[in-house]
Amino acid sequence: MMALFLRDLKLSVRAGGGALIGVLFFTTVVAVIPFGVGPDLNLLSRIGPAIVWIGALLASLLGLDRLFQAEREDGSLDILLMQETPLVLTVLVKCLAHWTATGLPLVLASPMLGLFMNMNEVAIGAVMLTLLVGSPAITFIGAAGAAVAVTLPRGGLLVSILILPLTVPVLIFGVSAAYAAVEDPAPFFPPFAILCAITLFFAVIGPAAAAIALKNSSE
Amino acid sequence: MRLKAENLSVRRGDDLLFSNISFELARGEALIVTGRNGSGKSTLLRTVAGLIHPEGGRAYLLSDGRESEAKVPEASHYLGHRNAMKVELTVRENLDFWKTWLGDFEGGKGLGIEDAADAVGLSGITHLPFGYLSAGQQRRFAMARLLVSHRPIWLLDEPTAALDASADQLFSGFVEAHLKSGGMVIAATHQPLGLAETRELRMKGFDYLAGEHAA
Repeated sequence: MMALFLRDLKLSVRAGGGALIGVLFFTTVVAVIPFGVGPDLNLLSRIGPAIVWIGALLASLLGLDRLFQAEREDGSLDILLMQETPLVLTVLVKCLAHWTATGLPLVLASPMLGLFMNMNEVAIGAVMLTLLVGSPAITFIGAAGAAVAVTLPRGGLLVSILILPLTVPVLIFGVSAAYAAVEDPAPFFPPFAILCAITLFFAVIGPAAAAIALKNSSE
Repeated sequence: MRLKAENLSVRRGDDLLFSNISFELARGEALIVTGRNGSGKSTLLRTVAGLIHPEGGRAYLLSDGRESEAKVPEASHYLGHRNAMKVELTVRENLDFWKTWLGDFEGGKGLGIEDAADAVGLSGITHLPFGYLSAGQQRRFAMARLLVSHRPIWLLDEPTAALDASADQLFSGFVEAHLKSGGMVIAATHQPLGLAETRELRMKGFDYLAGEHAA
């Protein structure tokens, strides 16, 4: 298991792995918002958490389609499927490695992008925390989408569209928890707890669905 | 231990690609699957490897006359058309991963990485990224995967494509050694693997659906 995790991590850091592509895309999206919206600092700080969350969501959709497709193209998927290791576990480990390589950098980059949006420290901290908790859910949901589209040669956009509806709850509760941290009457904990629940829920459902899809992919 | 396949049938679309293929292999036996393109050689191997669900029939392992707990896919190496190696990683990293991930099936032990590289005649370049190598060298290292972890059954799909004559011979040597040590081999191939005692299963495609054995 550890071997698979390390291998996937290495692959995403090596040439063409795309670990940094997500962060670059994230930065680009958030950095152009102030130019489009204009120099209204109050407005920027008000929409800041939502913009950072949307940017992170879109950025984490980017490399998802390659999660299993790269394995399939070089034949590794066949070998992974043949082992007695439960496929769900294999998928889970691949998801965790994918998140560590692409999701975690987004979380780490979010404070800098928060500054672009004129957010205060509390808001930045809240966005970072909600992203840390919420972004794994996007990877788990994405794994199911990636597994369904594994045989399609140009499945990239299709994967994003397939899983986007499922990621909407993550976005809603992530953003509302981040807002609750700065706006006084709204409580922070309930939406944050729901966000945690969503991540845990998809940590179970996502790999299981992906495993079923992969088992039937070689037909 | 014996490998037994009973009445395997595979459907592709509306048609049965083949039906009622049965065979049995004991330790040290090899089965060569021949037939023209599209007759279902690869499909048969993938079915035995558990990668395609058969329409009917099944393949299983027998040990001491009873059906074994272990499933055929777990006991098998599958060497398909693609090498199952990552071009971004070095040869050593690739082989190291497969060795750790695959482990050894009971009753045997895989070679070390350097020993396996030595056996395929390419020691000294394991530090290179897999993508830097020529097609033939890549294929040789794909064979090395069979050596680094022990599996009693080898499922080989056109194993000697892209190989020169000396590598052909080398590979026949591996297969022979594997059979001698009590392994089993099912190979789909056009070229003769140069094995002394093998049985042949000739796939005839859609028209005639029975496999036949020749001495």
